[in-house]
Amino acid sequence: MLYRENGQFRTSYAADQQIFPIAQDRWAILAIVVFAFVGVPLLVDEYLFRAILIPFLILSLAAIGVNILVGYCGQITLGAGAFMAVGAYAAYNFHIRLDGLPLLVSFLLGGCTAAAVGIFFGIPSLRVRGLYLAVATLAAQFFTDWVFLRVPWFTNNASSGSVSVANLQILSWQIETPTDKYLLCLTILVVFALLAKNMTRCAIGRQWMAIRDMDVAAEVIGIRPLFAKLSAFAVSSFFVGTAGALWGFVHLASWEPAAFSVDRSFQLLFMVIIGGLGSIMGSFFGAAFIVILPIMLNQFLPAIGRVFGISISTAGVSHAELIIFGVLIIFFLIKEPHGIARMWSTGKEKLRLWPFPH
Amino acid sequence: MKLQQLVLTAAALALSSLLTAPPALAQAKEQFFPVLVYRTGAYAPNGTQWANGYVDYLKLVNAKGGINGVRISFEECETAYATDRGVECYERLKGKGGGATVFQPLSTGVTFALTEKAPVDKIPLITAGYGRSESQNGAVFTWNFPLLGTYWVGADVAVQHIAKKEGGVGKLKGKKIALVYHDSPYGKEPIPILQELGKTHGFDVQLLPVAHPGVEQKATWLQIRQQKPDYVLLWGWGVMNSTALREAQATGYPRDRMIGVWWAGAEPDVKDVAEGAKGYSALTLQHGAEPGSKVVKDVLDLVHAKGQGTGPKDEVGQVLYMRGLISAMLGVEGVRKAQERYGKGKVMTGEQVRWGLENLNLDQKTLDAMGFAGVMRPVQTSCLDHMGSSWVRVHTWNGSKWEFTSDWYQADEKVIRPMVMLASGKYADEKKIKPRTPEECKK
Repeated sequence: MLYRENGQFRTSYAADQQIFPIAQDRWAILAIVVFAFVGVPLLVDEYLFRAILIPFLILSLAAIGVNILVGYCGQITLGAGAFMAVGAYAAYNFHIRLDGLPLLVSFLLGGCTAAAVGIFFGIPSLRVRGLYLAVATLAAQFFTDWVFLRVPWFTNNASSGSVSVANLQILSWQIETPTDKYLLCLTILVVFALLAKNMTRCAIGRQWMAIRDMDVAAEVIGIRPLFAKLSAFAVSSFFVGTAGALWGFVHLASWEPAAFSVDRSFQLLFMVIIGGLGSIMGSFFGAAFIVILPIMLNQFLPAIGRVFGISISTAGVSHAELIIFGVLIIFFLIKEPHGIARMWSTGKEKLRLWPFPH
Repeated sequence: MKLQQLVLTAAALALSSLLTAPPALAQAKEQFFPVLVYRTGAYAPNGTQWANGYVDYLKLVNAKGGINGVRISFEECETAYATDRGVECYERLKGKGGGATVFQPLSTGVTFALTEKAPVDKIPLITAGYGRSESQNGAVFTWNFPLLGTYWVGADVAVQHIAKKEGGVGKLKGKKIALVYHDSPYGKEPIPILQELGKTHGFDVQLLPVAHPGVEQKATWLQIRQQKPDYVLLWGWGVMNSTALREAQATGYPRDRMIGVWWAGAEPDVKDVAEGAKGYSALTLQHGAEPGSKVVKDVLDLVHAKGQGTGPKDEVGQVLYMRGLISAMLGVEGVRKAQERYGKGKVMTGEQVRWGLENLNLDQKTLDAMGFAGVMRPVQTSCLDHMGSSWVRVHTWNGSKWEFTSDWYQADEKVIRPMVMLASGKYADEKKIKPRTPEECKK
């Protein structure tokens, strides 16, 4: 009833091709963004910021990056954690070695370094496909693990191999409180998400999708696989690398290579698969599912247990968390193999017809 | 539709549980101890024992009437030894129950992350026997307390022990000592001091990293077989230790030439290897397995006998259980000390507990009275020394239990202090921290 586009006439190409052609969508998204910037900082406490919202925002950014490569260009990667690590360590080295370099520039340079490394590890994609490519990108994971553990230069000769940063500052803005950190991550995420959305809508995004759908056919109609694939690797790694820099600098403040282990790569891949391949919105859903759900389960299970008068041990909660999480993943994949994003759009389709479905 | 019903029921349940959840444990007069544990994951066999000891001691204090009448409340949070989950737990628990008293993460990785957060939140961090070695310098690391010993202490004592076995420091010249370590900040901590000692005494240090979780060590032990080091130092945790001992058995490396750090010297590490680990020695963080001590009897009588014990009864008094118990005791004594200054029978804030920990003075009489006779030696901290004690003994596995096989050692301050000052100075520079002056310490 409320959600329908009757009477919204698009009279120009620009109006027809905008990101959210339906006015309700546009306003809803705008309202959410405004709320995220203004409302959330007023309402939310420190725990939600630090433990849930900030990791969610950063991993959403990384998931968008992975989605560009896996969802839009069809190149399966298991090296996302590695590119996060490259981004984080590169940003760290720029930050401490070049005195006075603005923080945002370090982040972006971290992203650029990750992009360069991404291109390098993307080269095998020109020859191998599918699962074989996944295995090839796994090499990136082990390589970066090795480099950051073994080459002391990258960790500024820290004896324990753990690096840390403090006193983050952009111009005169001291990033100290969780609210500051949240706003920084949110701003970067909004800009990058918009960038990603637009990139996937323009020529380069269409090339990626053509390669994904059938690379031989794409080549026949004049798309260069070399450029398309490597550009997808570069853009994806740039996003993932920036997310890695944020993860290290803003979320952890002190990290070791284990923070970007192969588990992280799997986590990111699962995010885009569960969230929805080839959908920017899906990246957010996937990140929310993977980041927030386990923590929620971990906190609610004891509470639910109390309702029934059962006290569950810490280990029991942990095991139950994994079991329920696993069951939910299977449930979602059976119920909607195209991810939560597809559920969302089906939901919207139904809403258009509501309350008189035909 | 079934799905809808399912979702609705789940939502209703979640909601009702939220509404009926008891209000945060903020009752007056309760000192809240957050308990970061890992009872699941690759390191669970070791983490569980530590956690049981920790929680049992808190229960024991309550059974004896609390800290000068202040009862202890606590809540566990599972970290699975993962840094990000550990940070989440910290954020979850730090504000509960009127504010967390002290955090003990039992993970060097989590310690590194929390070291950046503790000064902001003003909550002390006890890392008994682990963590950053340079955090011993309380002038820079105001909120860190690596009580009883750091990895630099461990490495120094290990070398002292080897020298003693060889018949003097002079005999170390030309020897080869291999360090088989967990490839993480934990395992890397002893490297600088071993290299430093190697230079001074003329022995050769070989570094052999083992990747998490440590079940794959074939290549490492092949190297050991080729290079035949005179001694192997084992800096492992969890399943890595028993794997190392099995590999040593398989390659025929003599177990009596292997020395583990205090995290590689407990029952779960050797139990499954049993006879194969015979002769293997490990450092102890003062205590070993102490089933006969009075505090253990108290735990059995006052906690386990009432059916409130946390873990299996027969594990009470084992090495890691004792480690957890002593860690909890140190936290509790910090609160007790703080009460002496800020008011007996009151709930202490993190800041007050920090003062208590910094002025901790547990002499042998106090320790004996608390039931720690024969378990540990006195601990005295100060503003500049947040470690408090560096006594270490060595115990050896005889095939069925751990037995002490050495006298007390003490780390060589002349070696460690300059390194601590250097490393903490570097940290202070990086973080632009102004070390506290002796005047500031008195506040």
